Amino acid sequence: MKLTAEEKDILNGKEGKTKAKIMQTLVEFGDLFGAEKFVPVTGEGHLVTSFGIGLLKPVYRIMDEIIDAGLKTKFPFTVDPRPIDYKNVKVGLLNKFIFSKIMYSQQKHYEEQLLKIGLKSKDSFTCTSYLKEVGNTPKYGDVLSWAESSAVVFANSVLGARCNRNSGMLDIFGAILGKVPKFGLLTDEGRKATWIIEIKTKSLPEAQILGSAIGLKVMEAVPYIKGLDKFLGTELNDQTISYLKDFGAATASNGAVGLYHVENLTPEAKKLKSKVIAENTKTYVIDDKELEKVYKSYPIMWKKTDSKPQLCFIGCPHLSYDQLVDWTKKIEENLKISGRKKVLIKTIMTTAPSVLNKFLQTEDYKKLKNYGIKLSSICPLMYTNNPIAGNKPIITNSNKLRTYSKSRYYKDSDITKIICGVKNEKI
Amino acid sequence: MKKFKGRVICKGIYEGECVVSKQGVNTLATFQKSALKNAKKVVGSDQNNPDIYGKNLTGIALILPQTIGSTTGGLVIQTICQMGINPAALLFSEEIDSLAASGVILAKNWENSKIIAIDKLGKKILNEIKTGDRIKIEEDGTVTLIEEDAK
Repeated sequence: MKLTAEEKDILNGKEGKTKAKIMQTLVEFGDLFGAEKFVPVTGEGHLVTSFGIGLLKPVYRIMDEIIDAGLKTKFPFTVDPRPIDYKNVKVGLLNKFIFSKIMYSQQKHYEEQLLKIGLKSKDSFTCTSYLKEVGNTPKYGDVLSWAESSAVVFANSVLGARCNRNSGMLDIFGAILGKVPKFGLLTDEGRKATWIIEIKTKSLPEAQILGSAIGLKVMEAVPYIKGLDKFLGTELNDQTISYLKDFGAATASNGAVGLYHVENLTPEAKKLKSKVIAENTKTYVIDDKELEKVYKSYPIMWKKTDSKPQLCFIGCPHLSYDQLVDWTKKIEENLKISGRKKVLIKTIMTTAPSVLNKFLQTEDYKKLKNYGIKLSSICPLMYTNNPIAGNKPIITNSNKLRTYSKSRYYKDSDITKIICGVKNEKI
Repeated sequence: MKKFKGRVICKGIYEGECVVSKQGVNTLATFQKSALKNAKKVVGSDQNNPDIYGKNLTGIALILPQTIGSTTGGLVIQTICQMGINPAALLFSEEIDSLAASGVILAKNWENSKIIAIDKLGKKILNEIKTGDRIKIEEDGTVTLIEEDAK
């Protein structure tokens, strides 16, 4: 990489040993991917590491080093959701002991460290920092130093910001230096699609299965999706944003997609049209049969595959306000069908703290509460990492949660029937 | 003799067994269970990857196309290196992805732990070397399959 005089000084230790090591790490990272230079970060940060897992010793040690060196991030940052919420996601005494004393023993200490280096507020814990209620919404063309795969793919694809799939720690380093190496998804060339995805389904595909199918096929390539605008329309609104949020999270967790374009819908596809497609693309045709094949391929990891579910998580990534309203309707309709007043299975819906605060003021919140549904801003993924919680038969509509835990995935319509007790032999 | 030459990201020498994953390795899903248990060895825990599920991944050479999944990936690699339960080598058939690269660089600069990393070895390596085969890695990025009669 070609460094400026100021960058060379930092590398040579003129601003301290820690900053020099941070610079060294980012220079090596950039060199590996052919970056010629650094570019300035222009938006707030978002970090993936929100959990004080005792075993992540390198994180706390490096954070202490950063704090001791007096370093802070250039802009404030948000961070992924907390792993525990005893108020809304109640756990037994043994679980609580394991969470607080063993697994997340560093949580309090780590949150104090985050505040010292630039965390926006104590309510900044969500994987959907880009939602309008949260307010860390990058502008078109902003350069970011983010991690969290679902947030990176959303910022790149739906907002037109520019961010590589940074790892935890490198997200902090870029935010501190206020610079990131320019390569990959930060370049016009790197943002060109190398896969064409042709959607030939009869109706709008389940976002989480479509994303999974594409992620598994293209891995880290950039897909250009044709035929989805037929169902989603050509304007971004609350519904399409929610759909693309869940779709993107599945592409990024089942594969390694950092950017996708949807023809006639996402900003770069609309602005650049065919110029956003590279030469020599590969094609993947997706019809209903293909989606069913992918869905059926998911292994069931429960000890007993016919166990009765004990817990249901909806909201990984965190639900948008619009989705909370929609789920209220779905639950209401299905409880009417089953003739029940409350859901059969303990169900937790997760959303960002600021979205939750808005929803708490509504009649829909009272309805969900009466149906026995809990709302939380917890990270379901971190919760299910507990060996005890993780061995429970948990169901989810999240393909990301399915990927990283033993939770069993169901489509939205099926999971609604299951939790509401609507009998359906096909489930 | 089957030989493959790639780009050296973190050099080192190794002779021993390998595990081959024909699909992308999901770092978080693969290593999290063993790391969380503070285990002495990593047993692959990614239910979606039959090539490595249930296999020992500590001290071996892991041959893979790329890593996939959560952006905690680099941090997970750094942590297993700090714990000393990492694979001895990561051998990528494709160009290394940004998360695995972060992990290798973080381990080197912040843990003084050098996990051998070589990329761009070519797709053939995924088919011509099989799990359980013995291989030799040289500092110049050459990976050689040790044939049965040469053992």
